Amino acid sequence: MLKKIFPNKILSLSNKVLTNLVILMSFIIFVGLIYALFLSPADYIQGDSVRIMYVHVPSSFIALGTFAVIGIASILNLIFKIKFFTLISKSLAPIGIIFTFISILTGSLWGKPTWGVWWAWDARLTSMFILLIFYAAYILVWKFIEDFDQANKMSSIIAILGLFNLPVIKYSVDWWNTLHQPSSITLTSAPSIHYTMLIPLIIMFLGLTIYALIIFLMRYKIEVMKFKLNKKRTNK
Amino acid sequence: MLSKKAKLRIIFLTLLFLLTVSIIILVLQSLEKNLVYFFSPTEIYNRSDISLNKKIRVGGVVKKGSVKKEENNTTFIITDFKNEIIVSYDGSTPNLFSEEKGVVAEGKLRDKKYFLANKILAKHDENYMPPEVSDILKKSK
Repeated sequence: MLKKIFPNKILSLSNKVLTNLVILMSFIIFVGLIYALFLSPADYIQGDSVRIMYVHVPSSFIALGTFAVIGIASILNLIFKIKFFTLISKSLAPIGIIFTFISILTGSLWGKPTWGVWWAWDARLTSMFILLIFYAAYILVWKFIEDFDQANKMSSIIAILGLFNLPVIKYSVDWWNTLHQPSSITLTSAPSIHYTMLIPLIIMFLGLTIYALIIFLMRYKIEVMKFKLNKKRTNK
Repeated sequence: MLSKKAKLRIIFLTLLFLLTVSIIILVLQSLEKNLVYFFSPTEIYNRSDISLNKKIRVGGVVKKGSVKKEENNTTFIITDFKNEIIVSYDGSTPNLFSEEKGVVAEGKLRDKKYFLANKILAKHDENYMPPEVSDILKKSK
């Protein structure tokens, strides 16, 4: 049943919905940036470079979350052979790689004034770099393999393998000595981040998530259209 | 409800999943020594396989009152509250280097208790707060 509903519904997604989402996102990000850059205090040790966190942490979350969806969709896709899982994954991958890249870039900009180096091959940074490679491999498979079914199989396997990297990224700071600090926000204990900094972080996370959602909806719509066009062509 | 083929694929993927997890765990365990970015003073004290000529990193907290600066040279003590190691370093320390804060030193061991560093990295912890809050916390200590 899902097979029929979802891809068709996306085609009726109007630009009006997208425009409303863009307005909502702009508003949230505007408020978030004002809060993050002006209203929130500087950190007692890091000073103003703490403000990099308001982009860095949400980007990392989205990068990991996106890959988790791609990986799980790929498992379901290999088992049930439902094409719309493929199209979801395919539309998500470019968003994920951008956010991974932003995460690494902002982390590097923060690392120089804080640690004294741009980059260190510790477990957290290395596993994040591996995530970037997995995203790149996933996207390149779709670029270079022309046959849809073959590309589908290959990319799904890559995504499933990449799934194992996610817990490694998440827990790397707990399992091994790393230069990167452990998580400030955990499910089990109170956040070790002051609420004046937590609030802008949450607002920015919300705003960037809506941004990711908008790009996803646009890409997904195009992917479904492309898929249907190809199907029509091959049927003729 | 599930087709026979789908069931077979689920079984196959589950087996593959378990196999991959066990391989990854084995690999990570054997790589343990290379995965840690730095050793703690206790690890250095307990290990016998750390060579004196190899570049390694030591990490921990800068002991309170241990930082001594003489011209270009800085000596301080890295502690993990069980064992300590004296570090000597020539050069300027990063801005965030200070007592009772995390630090990672890169260099070579002279012996188990003395480390010659050629690079100092400040390690930040997971606490984020405005200066006023930190002052209040310090006063209430």
